[in-house]
Amino acid sequence: GWDKHSYGYHGDDGHSFCSSGTGQPYGPTFTTGDVIGCCVNLINNTCFYTKNGHSLGEFVFLPSQSNLYPTVGLQTPGEIVDANFGQQPFVFDIEDYMREWRAKIQSTIKRFPIGDRLGEWQAMLQNMVSSYLVHHGYCSTATAFARVTDTTIQEEQTSIKNRQRIQKLVLAGRVGEAIEATQQLYPGLLEHNPNLLFMLKCRQFVEMVNGTDSEVRCFSARSPRSQDSYPGSPSLSPRHGSSNSHLHSTGADSPTCSNGVMSTKSKQSHSKYPTLSSSSSSSSSSSPSSVNYSESNSTDSTKSQQHSSTSNQETSDSEMEMEAEHYPNGVLENSSTRIMNGTYKHEEILQTDESSMEDSCPQRQLCGGNHAATERMIQFGRELQILSEQLCREYGKNTMHKKMLQDAFSLLAYSDPWNCPVGQQLDPIQREPVCAALNSAILESQNLPKQPPLMLALGQASECLRLMARVGLGSCSFARVDDYLH
Amino acid sequence: MACVLEAPLRMSVLSEVTASSRHYVDRLFDLDPQKVLQGVIDMKNAVIGNNKQKANLIVLGAVPRLLYLLQQETSSTELRTECAVVLGSLAMGTENNVKSLLDCHIIPALLQGLLSPDLKFIEACLRCLRTIFISSVTPEDLLYTDATVISHLMALLSRSRYTQEYICQIFSHCCKGPDHQTILFNHGAVQNIAHLLVSTSYKVRMQALKCFSVLAFENPQVSMTLVNVSVDGELLPQIFVKMLQRDKPIEMQLTSAKCLTSMCRAGAIRTDDPCIVLKTLPCLVRMCSKDRLLEERVEGAETLAYLIETDVELQRMASITDHLIVMLADYFKYPSSVSAITDIKRLDHDLKHAHELRQAAFKLYASLGANDEDIRKKIIETENMMDRIVNGLSESSIKVRLAAVRCLHSLSRSVQQLRTSFQDHAVWKPLMKVLQNAPNEILVVASSTLCNLLLEFSPSKEPILESGAIELLCSLTQSENLALRVNGIWALMNMAFQAEQKIKSDILRGLSTEQLFQLLSDSDVNVLMKTLGLLRNLLSTRPHIDHIMSTHGKQIMQAVTLILEGEHNIEVKEQTLCILANIADGTTAKELIMTNDDILQKIKYYMSHSNAKLQLAAMFCISNLIWNEEEGSQERQDKLRDMGIVDILHKLSQSSDPNLCDK
Repeated sequence: GWDKHSYGYHGDDGHSFCSSGTGQPYGPTFTTGDVIGCCVNLINNTCFYTKNGHSLGEFVFLPSQSNLYPTVGLQTPGEIVDANFGQQPFVFDIEDYMREWRAKIQSTIKRFPIGDRLGEWQAMLQNMVSSYLVHHGYCSTATAFARVTDTTIQEEQTSIKNRQRIQKLVLAGRVGEAIEATQQLYPGLLEHNPNLLFMLKCRQFVEMVNGTDSEVRCFSARSPRSQDSYPGSPSLSPRHGSSNSHLHSTGADSPTCSNGVMSTKSKQSHSKYPTLSSSSSSSSSSSPSSVNYSESNSTDSTKSQQHSSTSNQETSDSEMEMEAEHYPNGVLENSSTRIMNGTYKHEEILQTDESSMEDSCPQRQLCGGNHAATERMIQFGRELQILSEQLCREYGKNTMHKKMLQDAFSLLAYSDPWNCPVGQQLDPIQREPVCAALNSAILESQNLPKQPPLMLALGQASECLRLMARVGLGSCSFARVDDYLH
Repeated sequence: MACVLEAPLRMSVLSEVTASSRHYVDRLFDLDPQKVLQGVIDMKNAVIGNNKQKANLIVLGAVPRLLYLLQQETSSTELRTECAVVLGSLAMGTENNVKSLLDCHIIPALLQGLLSPDLKFIEACLRCLRTIFISSVTPEDLLYTDATVISHLMALLSRSRYTQEYICQIFSHCCKGPDHQTILFNHGAVQNIAHLLVSTSYKVRMQALKCFSVLAFENPQVSMTLVNVSVDGELLPQIFVKMLQRDKPIEMQLTSAKCLTSMCRAGAIRTDDPCIVLKTLPCLVRMCSKDRLLEERVEGAETLAYLIETDVELQRMASITDHLIVMLADYFKYPSSVSAITDIKRLDHDLKHAHELRQAAFKLYASLGANDEDIRKKIIETENMMDRIVNGLSESSIKVRLAAVRCLHSLSRSVQQLRTSFQDHAVWKPLMKVLQNAPNEILVVASSTLCNLLLEFSPSKEPILESGAIELLCSLTQSENLALRVNGIWALMNMAFQAEQKIKSDILRGLSTEQLFQLLSDSDVNVLMKTLGLLRNLLSTRPHIDHIMSTHGKQIMQAVTLILEGEHNIEVKEQTLCILANIADGTTAKELIMTNDDILQKIKYYMSHSNAKLQLAAMFCISNLIWNEEEGSQERQDKLRDMGIVDILHKLSQSSDPNLCDK
């Protein structure tokens, strides 16, 4: 307590020292066996010491630029001090003290004067809600809200509905259709936003692996149930026909190189479609030797995958290396063989699943477990690679793109993409950022805010709290934005 | 007088309002029940928040009609309910409104209404009853006139959260003193109300808590019961501790602290229990802080004073918590000079609470300083403390005076302070003033303080004597009040200790031998002991002994004989023998013993008593009687030898030590 910016409570005289050699009478003296505590309150810049769990009284301290550090001064050799930073319960009920301050801060927020002039505040809140609903395309909710609150919506109904449709497509994993619809409704939008387009396409590729994109879904009559909750069916998509033609072309390739074991397996799981399932192989184009190689590789990895994650790491590492080589054809070839192996593996798992009468989810197969679809996916992957290179030429290298592409392609490196280090991409929740980006781009093109005011306010509040924390305003710790979101 | 005042008031009101208000009343008399109902509803809307309208309707006689409609069996339940609502609204107004309602016998009518099967109607009646009972003009006893009412209210507790809230509120306002507590307790209040402490409604929780705080206040029976009651597997003390948390409303923290305090004082919770030491005590100290409302600070300080009153450890803990002693000094700063200037409303508010604040602070200081010398020192060192006490002694408010005397009494237990601050501030002056014509409760504390101030080493002793203390104290010994008698004689005893001859004679004269005998036959052993102590102090130093015995010898010897023959405990007999020993020390007084064979036989008897203390005291007598250097010692020795006392001495000399000094 004697030095500058230091504070102390002395046991010999019970005085408190605040950056000064002369102390003030403060509390009782203390000695061996006493538990002395110190609580610094950064909200109102007060401090108090405790003795055996009793608060001895607050005093004000001057906030300094430098941090405060707990220090204990000892006088005689051999003295022992036990320090408790919360690893054991404190004798003083600090939790209760914090409860009081949390309640205080929250009531300050609650009672903050908003200077309401003639319902301005209410109008603003209504506007916040309304714009949020409109932004996310909750069309009928927004309309109902506008009706009840007697407010108007800036954007036209049809425009909201269009955005709503596109968003629904993205959120359902049908990115191809979403791109289609965007191009139709907002011509030129994606052309002007090559980054967005690339992002969408990458997502489309992921959805193809997932078996949800319409370009692969159409191969399977058994439509995925879970994600399909809205009326817009794949049959509406104009792409439907063209993907069919793809199917035929790949289908023609397939019989040339069929693996007996594989076909029987696929028969078991997809007996309804013998022609399609017989095939499993886009490796028709690749050399037999490479197939053999990768097969043995994959069985190895299958085994090791079950046992240790280190080998998992290895596979992904090797995958990276191959990607790094960046021979367009080679990479694709490699990955395609791996896909095949992956499928193989996946069906094995599926089989055990079925035999154990567990809930079998058919869409948890690569491209819905459909060979033609897989072909199409490979094809699409190639196109994506080309697009990436093209963008690279036009706009220079883009690490974001590279990462996206790499992540997407990495899915194919694993026998079970859903349970692999990059499998998170397949989670439907990952559609949301893509959806939001597309939505914002559309709104921006219509000269509307790309973010709803509500989100802006939320972001600002969070940022404000971060700033408060940085400059040492203690009250921010009791005012988390999350506490107000339900 | 009241009529004269009231009449013109009514006139003026009447002239002003008749037109609009009379219309409402007239509609209550309509023949069509439907129109009456509508009239009552309109009246309800008209009176809400309108005190003037309420007064008007009362003056125009709406109350008896509403009560009539409410009680009429033929009225629809809806109408009866609306009537109760309007009456409740009227009760919400001024105290005069409540008085008028009480005059119309509204309480029996509403209590009757509680028997209805309709919940809405019951709730309306309870709401109205609640409003009436929480008014200060309503006598609580009205709730207890009919024994069935309480049990019916207990039964209604299960009906709805509103019945719970209103009934608990009625109970907590009408429970004054041990009689009420016992009635409610015997009707199962604890069991019926306990589970309401965990109600989802804050109001219900709060009112239930208040109920417990008044039920348990200074009531060991209730307190001991509460400690073992559990709700949803949680014991009540734990529930109270939860309500003590710092994020709970202040009202709730304070009330649960009161519950825990009562339970602790009743011995239901130990004073070293963490829920007292680490929860209740710190909570009450926080209630004394500047951040709290004046009312809360008063209640907090009073409750804390009660909690720590008899436990020195709690006193020590409270004294170091949050600078309580300094914090309390702030209680004397109302109304502050700032409040007088800034706004008149605040001044009014401060003035209203100033007395309460001061007496609460004095009470808490009294408790804090009851046992620990260091704490007393800290209190007295607080800014202007002695001046404040001195001022407090002469305040008009009895409550403040009493609390100030209590505080002074507590501090007067310090030898050091008696010699210093008490002397510096001439505390004895206002104290003597307080003792004149004060009510008994003040006299009791003031006279015990005086006892301490009259101790031999106290410098205040002289001036107190000069200001007529003897007369005052002698009159106290004649009081009906036992505590006053004890304090009176006690103070006289202290006064006589090593006093000069004149004081001793003054005491004897002031007291009169009759009164002395009266006190020696007092039924209270404390009074007897202190009287004997007084006698002993009077009979010290040889000239004093001889002087007093020459004037009062006969009576004193009589009294001594009487006590030695009577059924008394060892201490009393010891004290009496000591008096004899003192008498034996006198030059002429000796003869009173030597010539009294009866007494000599008694001394002999006590020499062979089984109790060592009595033996010792008797030995002193003998020793003084046979002291060699005095005239006639030989004769006395011979006489005693003849009585066979020497034999006893021989026996004693073999057994115990201090007796060996004798011949």
